[in-house]
Amino acid sequence: MDLAVVLALEILNGIASLVLISVGLAIVFGMMRVINLAHGEFLMLGGYAAIVATNHGVNIWIAMLVVSPIVVGIIGVVAERLIIRVLYGRMIDTLLATWGLSLFFIGLVTTIFGNTVAGIGAPLGSIAVGRYSISLYRLLLVGIAAAILLAIYAVLRTTRLGLLARGTMENPNMAAALGVSPPRVYAATFGVGAAITGLAGGLLAPISGVLPTVGAAYVAKAFITVISGGTAIMAGTASAALLFGTVNQLLTYLTTPVIGEAGLLAAAILLLRVLPHGITGKLFRGSL
Amino acid sequence: MIFRRVGAGIVVTAAAMVAVAVGAPLVVDEFQLLQLTVFASMCILALSLGVVWGYGGILCFGQSAFFGLGAYTYAVTAVNVGESTLAIALSLVVPAVFAALLGYFMFYGRLSDVYLGVITLSVTLIFFNLTNSTAGDAYRIGRARLNGFNGMPSLPTFNVPGTPGRLLDPTETFYLVMALLLIVYVGLHALLASHFGRVVVAVRENETRCELLGYDVRRHKMLIFTLGGAIAGLAGSLFANWGAFVSPNVFSLTTTSQIIIWVIVGGLGTLVGPIIGCVVMQYLATELGTQQLANTSLIFGIIFLVFVLLVPRGIVPSVGLLRARLSTARARPAAQARHGA
Repeated sequence: MDLAVVLALEILNGIASLVLISVGLAIVFGMMRVINLAHGEFLMLGGYAAIVATNHGVNIWIAMLVVSPIVVGIIGVVAERLIIRVLYGRMIDTLLATWGLSLFFIGLVTTIFGNTVAGIGAPLGSIAVGRYSISLYRLLLVGIAAAILLAIYAVLRTTRLGLLARGTMENPNMAAALGVSPPRVYAATFGVGAAITGLAGGLLAPISGVLPTVGAAYVAKAFITVISGGTAIMAGTASAALLFGTVNQLLTYLTTPVIGEAGLLAAAILLLRVLPHGITGKLFRGSL
Repeated sequence: MIFRRVGAGIVVTAAAMVAVAVGAPLVVDEFQLLQLTVFASMCILALSLGVVWGYGGILCFGQSAFFGLGAYTYAVTAVNVGESTLAIALSLVVPAVFAALLGYFMFYGRLSDVYLGVITLSVTLIFFNLTNSTAGDAYRIGRARLNGFNGMPSLPTFNVPGTPGRLLDPTETFYLVMALLLIVYVGLHALLASHFGRVVVAVRENETRCELLGYDVRRHKMLIFTLGGAIAGLAGSLFANWGAFVSPNVFSLTTTSQIIIWVIVGGLGTLVGPIIGCVVMQYLATELGTQQLANTSLIFGIIFLVFVLLVPRGIVPSVGLLRARLSTARARPAAQARHGA
């Protein structure tokens, strides 16, 4: 019984961390059809922002929840203005340019902080479930992942900004004719996506530690989750994370973490063969 | 038939390769010769993506999967057999078969652009993860221990076919690698000049039209992808032989990104471009690595960005374009002068 609870929580954790690492990328891909391969480095920068701020005496919660998203959000807007903006509508070129950006950030951070692991201790303690103990912080992450998804849904559904964003996503020319400036919507969207990515990077820093090259581990998973999910931001990310998180954690429990990881990737390959445009390309059409 | 279509550029490049192959061992020392050998091996790898992406229009993030598969196939076979001829042959066959299976899976499933990228990337990462986890005595193929992330050291190097005791010395290895590079380069040009090659390029240009004209688009894509896999596998065996060592890093994202940078910098849609890009970037990486002036990733990132944003065609096509523009500029005043008179 205890084992079942722990296993269920592990699976929830797996799903939550997939949601956290991929939701920022999903926003940018869903709204702008831009694949940002520097996404992993945005997570990495969020992690460093949180760690540096904490080491300079900032409260850890403020560092993770405020400093990280602001820092990475600003970096995102600058990157959009300088690079992404020039390449709209050229998916492969954007992908390659952001790959260059990713190498640039890895090199920059290695030069500044050195090629060593930095970390902060996870706040909150742990609670006991029978013979096992569970980190409260990991439970909190599950809550935050759910909250982020709900917040995105609420903003897109109920606010004027969400309406503008959805309109631009649906038909940029029509939106422009009605007085909305698509470039500004794109810049804002990219900034918001980057900020959420920074938040996720800050939140994951206490768990996984940060290394200049940590982004590579994230970006592939995020990329795979988002593409397999399809273009619907909420439904796509949630359904793909649900599927892959479960496969990964179950296989990890039954065999080894490596097989779990390989299982996740194999599941993605099979899924795309059956549903070539991702889950939401076929199911839940028209959802957000 | 084919020879009539041979352009001057191909002859010049092939002649340059022969000149380097014959001349280099006379002028450079042994260390530099080893450097040249690995450069040439990587040029073969660059050519494999150059043909798959530049001519087939298939952006493959998994060229390092075939490269690594070739390297590991060579390593395992060479350790087991103790003779390199079969190992080299298998290092072509195994990646080719795998590429054919993967290609069948993708192209007959009608997957395209980004989705293709995700699948090839996933496959590469699966190989990377799996080979990394093969540490320990349990993971062995025959007599070859895979050794996980530590890699497989002291592999048998190339020998004269049939006589396992007679190993090739560095100069002979260099001759062999240069000869293979020349064969791959000229062979690919011959293939692209053939009917098959023209259909492949036509598919890149307009898939639907090719299909309507009665060509099997899926089969052509699969075949060119398979060929790319075989060539990458050959490069893998050359790389494993060069260092007598292979580790899971051959499957890493770094390897994949390097191959893509070579092709981008050199020029998409040419064969000499990837070779030039590969040599230039490798030379730069070696220099940066020894001088410790700036981080290699940082410089590579900037070069990558500059090329995608400012020189998207790469060095070779841009030079061609520049020359064409200069010659029209030179022709124009002459024409105007005639009109004036």
